[in-house]
Amino acid sequence: MAGVRARQLAFRTFHWTVLAVFSVLLAFPFYWMLITSFKRTGDLYDLRNNPFVFNQKPTLEHLRLLVNETLFLRWLGNTAFAGLVVVAITLLLAVPAAYALARLTGRWGGRIGIAIFLTYLVPPTLLFIPLSRIVAWLNLQDTLWAVIVVYPSFTIPFSTWLLMGFFKSIPPELEDAAMVDGLTRFQAFLKLVIPISLSGILTVVIFTFTLVTQEFVYALTFISSASHQTVGVGVPIYLVRGDVYYWGSLMAACLIASLPIAVLYNLFLDRFIAGFTVGSVK
Amino acid sequence: MSGVRQRWLGPAMFLPAVLYVVALVGVPFVLAFFYSVGDVKVGSVGYHFVGFRNFTSVLQNPTFLRALRNSFVFTVASQILVLVGANLLALVLKNAFRGRRFVRFLILLPWVAPVSIGSIGWKWILDSLYSVINWVLVRLHLVKEFSAPMWLGEPKLAMMSVILVHTWHMLPFATVIILAGWTAIPKDIPEAAAVDGAGFFRRMFQIELPMMLPIINVAVLFGVIFTFTDMTVIYILTRGGPYDTTQVLPSLAFFTGILGSDLAEGAAISIFLVPLLVAVAWLMLRSAHRAEVV
Repeated sequence: MAGVRARQLAFRTFHWTVLAVFSVLLAFPFYWMLITSFKRTGDLYDLRNNPFVFNQKPTLEHLRLLVNETLFLRWLGNTAFAGLVVVAITLLLAVPAAYALARLTGRWGGRIGIAIFLTYLVPPTLLFIPLSRIVAWLNLQDTLWAVIVVYPSFTIPFSTWLLMGFFKSIPPELEDAAMVDGLTRFQAFLKLVIPISLSGILTVVIFTFTLVTQEFVYALTFISSASHQTVGVGVPIYLVRGDVYYWGSLMAACLIASLPIAVLYNLFLDRFIAGFTVGSVK
Repeated sequence: MSGVRQRWLGPAMFLPAVLYVVALVGVPFVLAFFYSVGDVKVGSVGYHFVGFRNFTSVLQNPTFLRALRNSFVFTVASQILVLVGANLLALVLKNAFRGRRFVRFLILLPWVAPVSIGSIGWKWILDSLYSVINWVLVRLHLVKEFSAPMWLGEPKLAMMSVILVHTWHMLPFATVIILAGWTAIPKDIPEAAAVDGAGFFRRMFQIELPMMLPIINVAVLFGVIFTFTDMTVIYILTRGGPYDTTQVLPSLAFFTGILGSDLAEGAAISIFLVPLLVAVAWLMLRSAHRAEVV
C-alpha cells in the first residue's frame, strides 16, 4: 500500500514540476514584454534594480510614444486590411475548390488535393527571389498589395486541404436529396453545403488571418518603405532607430500585436491541428 | 444537358485555385532553378545561361559551407530538443487537471504569437547590457558583472541562443500534434495490458510509444521543414552574425539574393534546400499512404 502511495506522490511531483518548468520557460518572454512596457526608463536601465518588479511607479509613457510618434497604428491598419483581403481571396478560391475535390472529381480529387497540400511545404525562402521579380513585373514592389497578392499562394493550399476533410464528413445524401427536389449541384452547394459548413469556413478565416499577421519573410522582401509595412515586420525592424532600441515601446508593441492573435488562434487550435494530422490520426 | 454541366462544374470550381497556386508557387519554383543557372541581377534585363558557374562559386565560398553546416546543426539540435520537450509535455497535459486550459494557453503562446515579435522579445532578454538572464547569473555569483556572457555576440553562444529560441517557438506546435495523437489512440489496449500486469514503463515503451510513432513522425517532418527553411529567428536575433557564424542557407540566400542584388547566386543557394524538401515530402506521402492502407 505504501508503495502505491509513494508512486502516486512521485507521479504528482513529476506532473507539477514539468508543468511549472515549461509554463515559465514558454510564457516568460510575454511576462517580460508586459513588465517592460510599463516601466519607467530610469527603472529599466538601472542594473542595481531588481528587474522582475516595478522599482518606480508604472508609466504609460512608452505606450504614448508608440501610439503618437511611431507608425504602429498604421502597421496595425495595414495588417488588418491585408488580412481581410487575403481572407476574401482565399475563401473565394478555396471553398469551391475543396468542395469540387471532395465530391466531384472522384479518384483524381484526392490526388490533386495531396498535390495542393504538398505545395504548402514549398517554403518562402525558396520562392522569394523569383517572386521578387514577379512582384516587380506586376508593378507591385514596395506596396502592401505585393503581399496581398502573394499570401494566398500559401493560405489557399492549406485552407483547401482543411475544407476538403470538412466537406467529406458531410453525408452526400444531403445534396442528392436536394437535387432530386430540383436544385442543381451548384445550387445545392450554395444553399445547403455552405450554411452547414460555416464552422469549417470560420476556421479557415481565423487561420488565414493569423497566417497573414505571422508572416515575416515575404513582407521583409517585397516592402521597403516603413509606412507600407505590416506589423510583423514593422515592429521588429522599423521601430529601431539607428542602433537605438526603445525597449519600452518595442515591448508594448509586441504585446499588443501578439495577444489578440494568440487568443483567437488558441480558440481554433484543435481544428487547425487536425489539418496537419489527417491520415495519421483516425 | 445537365450531365455536360455536371462534368464541367468540378474543374470550373477547382481550376481557379489551382491556377493561382501554379502561378505563384509553381512558376517561381521553376524560375528558381532557371535563375540558378543564369546571370540575373536586380535591374538587369537579359538572361544568359551560365551552366553551373553559380554553384561552383557558391561551393568555394567558406561562408556558404558554414551556412550549410549551420543549417543542419540548427535543424537537428532544435528538433531533438523539441521532440524530448514535446513528448514530456504531452505526457503531462493529456491528463485532465484543474487549470489545464489556462496552462495550455500559456504553453501555446510561443507558437501562436507572431514569431518575429516573439524573437524581438528574446532580443531584449538576451541584451548585451541589460539581459535579465545575466542579472540573475550575477546575483547567483555564477558570472562576474563585467564579464557576463554576450549571448548574441559570441559565435558559440549566439548559435546556442538561436537554437534555443527556435526550439521555444516550435515546441508548442509539436506538443499539440502529439497530444492529438494521445487522444486518438484506443485506450483499451494499454488498459488490457495493465490488467495483464504490464507496468508503467513497459506500457509506455512497448505499447503506447509504438502506437504513437506515426503521429510523432508527422510532428518531426513538419518541424524539420519549418526549421530548415526558416530564417526569422536568426534574422532578428543575429542577422547571421557575429561574422556569419550563425548564417543558415535561407538567411544567406536572402542576404545574397535580395540585399546583395545577386539573384542568380541567391537562387543557387536556396536550391540547396530542395533535396531535403523532396525527402520530407516523400516520407510524408509514404506515411499518408500507409495510414490509408491500414
